[in-house]
Amino acid sequence: MKRVAIQADDFDISAELAALEALGGGGVASFTGIVRGEEGLVALELEHYPAMTQRQAERIAEEAMARWPLLGLSIIHRHGRLLPGERIVFVGTASRHRAAALESCAFLIDWLKSRAPFWKKAHYADGAGAWVAPRAEDEAKAQDWDR
Amino acid sequence: MATVTLVYFAWVREAIGRDEERVELASPDETVAELVARLAAQGGGYAEALADPDRLRAALDQQFVGFDQAIGTARELALFPPVTGG
Repeated sequence: MKRVAIQADDFDISAELAALEALGGGGVASFTGIVRGEEGLVALELEHYPAMTQRQAERIAEEAMARWPLLGLSIIHRHGRLLPGERIVFVGTASRHRAAALESCAFLIDWLKSRAPFWKKAHYADGAGAWVAPRAEDEAKAQDWDR
Repeated sequence: MATVTLVYFAWVREAIGRDEERVELASPDETVAELVARLAAQGGGYAEALADPDRLRAALDQQFVGFDQAIGTARELALFPPVTGG
């Protein structure tokens, strides 16, 4: 099972986890990213590059399947205008063993952060908007997986 | 001469004031860096968005490429800031 969805709508984490658990492995790992309620933040706008985003996320998924003995994985990334507390991203992995599930989950999140074409713009209560700058730490984490 | 469709995202799109346009290549060997420099020389929003290539990333036909890549027969060149997904 390899599920990759780029969508505006929210998703049901229970259903995603249940689908991964049904694969019959011994372990399911997952990560959910939430919009942080930073001071003054009223919304986070996620822009993406439709023609490239789905393709890039699928490549990332294939890379994870090639590196770890996974029974399945699920990637959901939202776009559009999201409010503090709303879910942005979900990654779930299923394997016979916990290490493969946990490591591949971390790999997928690190790669989505710096290799999938999404850009975040923070909107504040005073009307200001600011594009979120990439963090060197995020890029370093993605590069660590290249070694 | 061949043309390529440029697509812009995030603050690059905002500075230039449009999300896509068609541009004629100066030559079949023109690289991403050369085209970006030519556009930046137009001044205004183009200079603001494109004058410093270190702040940009590029994708040719939806694949990340380096700025020394020739555009060749690619149909779409995307220019955008480093991504901040996840």
